[in-house]
Amino acid sequence: MADFMLQLLLTFDATLRLATPLILCAMAGIFSERSGIVDISLEGKLLSGAFVAAAVTALTGSPWIGLMAAICASVFMSLIHGFACITHRGDQVVSGLAINILASGLTIIIGIALFKKGGQTPALSSDERFRGIEWFGVNLMDNIPIIGTIYRQLISGHSLLVYMALLAVPLCAFILYRTRYGLRLRAVGEKPESVDSAGVSVAWLRYRALIIGGIFCGIAGAYLSISHGANFVREMSAGKGYIALAAVIFGNWRPIKAFYACLLFGFLDAATSRLQGVDIPLIGEIPIQLMLAIPYIVTVLLLAGFIGRPTPPAAIGVPYEK
Amino acid sequence: MSETMNKTSGANAARYALELQGVSKSFGLVRANRNIDLKIESGTIHGIIGENGAGKSTLMNILFGMHRADSGKMFANGEQVNVRNSADAIAHGIGMVHQHFMLVNRFSVLENVMLGSEGGSLLKQGKQATIARLKELGDTYGMVVDPHALISDLNVGMRQRVEILKALKGGARILILDEPTGVLTPQETEQLFEILRVLRADGVTVLLITHKLAEIMEITDNVSIMRAGKMVGHRATAETSPQELAELMVGRKVLLNVDKDAPQTNNVLLDVQGLGAMSSRGHRILDDVSFQVKGGEILGIAGVSGNGQTPLMEILTGMRIPDRGHVEILGETISHDAPKTPKQLREIGVGHIPEDRHVHGLVLDFEAQENMILGYHDGALSGDGRLMDRAGIRAHCETQMEKYDVRPRDPMLPAANFSGGNQQKIVIAREMYSNPKVLIVGQPTRGVDVGAIEFIHKQLIALRDAGCAIVVVSVELDEVMGLSDRIMVMNDGKNIGIVDADKTDTNMLGLMMAGIEQEAVA
Amino acid sequence: MNVTPPLPKWADLILLPLINLFAAFFVCGLIVLAIGENPFTALNVMIKGAFFYPESLGYTLYYTTNFIFTGLAVATAFHALMFNIGGEGQAYIGGLGAAVVALLFGPNLPMLIVLPLCILSSAAFGALWALIPGYLQAKRGSHIVITTIMFNFLASSLMVWLLAGPLMQQGQQSPQTVLFADAAQLPQMREVLGYFGFELANSPWNLSFFIALIALVVFYILIWKTRLGYEIRAVGKNQEAARYAGINVAKIIIIAMAISGAFAGLMATNEVLGVHNRVILNFTAGYGFTGIAVALMGRNHPIGIFLASLLFGALYQGGAELDFEFTSITREMVVLIQGMIILFSGALAYMFNPSLARLIARISAPKEATDG
Repeated sequence: MADFMLQLLLTFDATLRLATPLILCAMAGIFSERSGIVDISLEGKLLSGAFVAAAVTALTGSPWIGLMAAICASVFMSLIHGFACITHRGDQVVSGLAINILASGLTIIIGIALFKKGGQTPALSSDERFRGIEWFGVNLMDNIPIIGTIYRQLISGHSLLVYMALLAVPLCAFILYRTRYGLRLRAVGEKPESVDSAGVSVAWLRYRALIIGGIFCGIAGAYLSISHGANFVREMSAGKGYIALAAVIFGNWRPIKAFYACLLFGFLDAATSRLQGVDIPLIGEIPIQLMLAIPYIVTVLLLAGFIGRPTPPAAIGVPYEK
Repeated sequence: MSETMNKTSGANAARYALELQGVSKSFGLVRANRNIDLKIESGTIHGIIGENGAGKSTLMNILFGMHRADSGKMFANGEQVNVRNSADAIAHGIGMVHQHFMLVNRFSVLENVMLGSEGGSLLKQGKQATIARLKELGDTYGMVVDPHALISDLNVGMRQRVEILKALKGGARILILDEPTGVLTPQETEQLFEILRVLRADGVTVLLITHKLAEIMEITDNVSIMRAGKMVGHRATAETSPQELAELMVGRKVLLNVDKDAPQTNNVLLDVQGLGAMSSRGHRILDDVSFQVKGGEILGIAGVSGNGQTPLMEILTGMRIPDRGHVEILGETISHDAPKTPKQLREIGVGHIPEDRHVHGLVLDFEAQENMILGYHDGALSGDGRLMDRAGIRAHCETQMEKYDVRPRDPMLPAANFSGGNQQKIVIAREMYSNPKVLIVGQPTRGVDVGAIEFIHKQLIALRDAGCAIVVVSVELDEVMGLSDRIMVMNDGKNIGIVDADKTDTNMLGLMMAGIEQEAVA
Repeated sequence: MNVTPPLPKWADLILLPLINLFAAFFVCGLIVLAIGENPFTALNVMIKGAFFYPESLGYTLYYTTNFIFTGLAVATAFHALMFNIGGEGQAYIGGLGAAVVALLFGPNLPMLIVLPLCILSSAAFGALWALIPGYLQAKRGSHIVITTIMFNFLASSLMVWLLAGPLMQQGQQSPQTVLFADAAQLPQMREVLGYFGFELANSPWNLSFFIALIALVVFYILIWKTRLGYEIRAVGKNQEAARYAGINVAKIIIIAMAISGAFAGLMATNEVLGVHNRVILNFTAGYGFTGIAVALMGRNHPIGIFLASLLFGALYQGGAELDFEFTSITREMVVLIQGMIILFSGALAYMFNPSLARLIARISAPKEATDG
């Protein structure tokens, strides 16, 4: 029983680690989509963030500089997206796709040019990464049964970036629902005319939303390569940006709900690796591909209105013209 | 600084709250406003009347900074102002209630009213103040709204109040209302007018844009009339009449002499009984309309646009499903339970020249020859083989272009590159080619030059004489009177009455268009 | 409001795309420069690699074949104003279609029956995989872009499961099917042309190239010569006018998506029936996404699509050559170029439009310009 308990805790622990990049990207997606801009470029921003974080950290030895550089790179990608779809009113999907492909190509090309390791970055030492932080009194708490284990395994011991992701959720909710900027942001994605007729610039609001999204994706990327992992490998984002987008939809474009969706998708991911090859009584072996496909399946079912009706921002995808 | 200025201007109380001098605005080749002069006296309700497309909305958008005028001057309270965007307009005390509300449906009343003037970077800071101000405004002007209600839960009348409150909360002393009653019930309209009277009593200047004569007569102090982008007259409301306004609005063109003989009618081909329709927002837009049209006659439908003509045409051509009543057309029935598709109706011989050729009548990016078969593309016109007979289509287009004098005579040219009149001729050529037994025509000559107008009218008369039952919807009163054998007047989705064309005059029709029923002469 | 004069047709169809293409290459050149290599040398290597070695043309045309199929898939949907990002998944499932027939009938039936069945089956499977998102868009309003993205991942999951499970070769550990019987293998161009006396260097160029050429013609006829194509274009250009014309808009959207998927599925004839002769993991290798760049560049016209496919075929083959000639730039350069092309020819397609239009207006009316 205690063993099962520990297994469960370890799974939850892994859930949190796997959900971290999803959470950050989902928050980024919420900002840009709430402003009315379709953001399939989460994937590309995540990937460029991951690469730049690992590359800069490898070159400077400082994960903090790496993190900053990742944020800059990801914001830069956001600005390209904005330039194409806000300034030039280009197709938001095409632009997002271009960014994903650019990120895919650039990370490998620059990686090879810099490190000559076939697109990987050099492995980072443990000082060069954001590692788990052991919380105060872990050893003391160990004496308390159950709670001690929970404290050690689940609450303590994550990297700073995981805690940042967890903080990002209430922060996003606060910005979105409690601030002037959030009010205008929600309005601009629903009805840009309402903002324009109130004398507020639609373009500048949307640019800011994309920049904020870029910051989150940059942090997510850094988490992948200099916290969760110890270097960058090709196509490291592996579709996480798209899963985050699915989480945004699943969470109906709301931070807290999207956070739960990320946890769910992270849990599926964590459980999959644990269930691989395991025979479950009565059910038999669960095909892991099926579990990994669940985020996509539920998103399709959701969009088609089979399980509830998603309510995307009303003006999403439509370039604003006076 | 600005406060003292406000005080002085308040003390002097400029005679004109707003003044425009020589304002012009073009969109590409369309001259929406031409050299507009306008003076609005402070503390009055000033009406601006004109038909759809006369340029009223453009003018108001210029006043509110949503568009920038190409030329001209603007004065607010006697001082020249430069309104570059809505923020400028709001700063000059101008507020606007748009025809299509600028409200976020998923927001609460409070959030909508706060948007743009939140009173701090955190919403918390301005919330209480806004609620208090809303209550104050509500008490003063009799507009009580629950600040926490969602816009999507409010009816249209309440939403409009929110728009007005939003403008007033922003400090507006000049309030522009663009077609505010278009979506209101008569009761809601009455309530709105009550609010406007209270506002006027409080010194607010109100600018009311509408195409409804009755409203102008009821509520305004002064009225300006627009037609085709120009200001064609200013009147004190007390010194004018609906008839005069109607004439100014519609314009007394040289009466086009439509040469026609007495109609040779035969069987009833179109029989409409108790037809009704609702808008997607749940308003009744077509209300118990009944009429009959025989082969060989033209029934004109007169009325200020937006009074039910469009949904009526849509039902007759299979593009909208009625909620009540039925239509017997060439032996087929159209009703809520037996809807017909546009294709089915076209196959039994119903032609349709739509009101807006850019939205429905043409695929602008298609070549003229492709447009010449739109809707008939799966019939013999596209050849009888598995592939479309492009040479045949071109030959057909060339013949039709010749016959209807479409210029330039280039079947390969995209429809977008033809002038309005020639585009319309393409649509007319297409719909007449199949010799329809019933033809539904909307605005046959809108945006068409004079030469083409006469031509189009002759074609319609020729079709009538060939035994076709024709329904013509037009906002051009002269056109309706010239073409029709009988005229039905619509107001607020209802049939106000049907009169014989040769036993009526603009006076009578004007009153009927304003919703005043006449002793039927027919 | 800035009213720009309209662009002449030749400038819109030829000059503007070329300017966008040039802009894409220019930025890529700058990146090569930043890496510390000479962009012209790199370009030279790529051109040589794509055309001048004995086997290079065959490789170029082999890649071209893929891009024709996926480009046509994107273009067909575009004509109905549907953005089909799912070409990748549809091609993958198309491979499954080919495999099912090849594995079932390949050993027992003659080639003349098996191969056509394989080809039809790949098209049918691809069509089905696109039809579902099409249906969900037309009837239930789900956004086609998101649904097709999700269907790419679903296709991937499904294929991994099949290739590592039911379809996996017995006694093997790699996720792939057994080699198809000879009857289910498309002949190589080398063999075909060798039969007629032409000597060709070894390359994966196979008969599917002709299927691609036929597909181009079919596409042209479908879109511009048939009533269905007429209705597809009408729906894409003006849905309201299409409704007015009695066209069943939902039906046309579903059909257009199915045809789009069929073209994507046909990509399997090249990779599965022509090259690998089995289904291997990720044989689509991103070609489905390249189809988007191809369609954008080719302006959804068969000639444009053919030229753009050729360009990308040459880029892919020439890009592979970069690996041998340089240490710091590799074939991923092609991915970068592709991204830039999608950015400039797609998202920023009309960035140069106003300035170009003004320039042309000034050149064609120099007098007015100097007066004004």
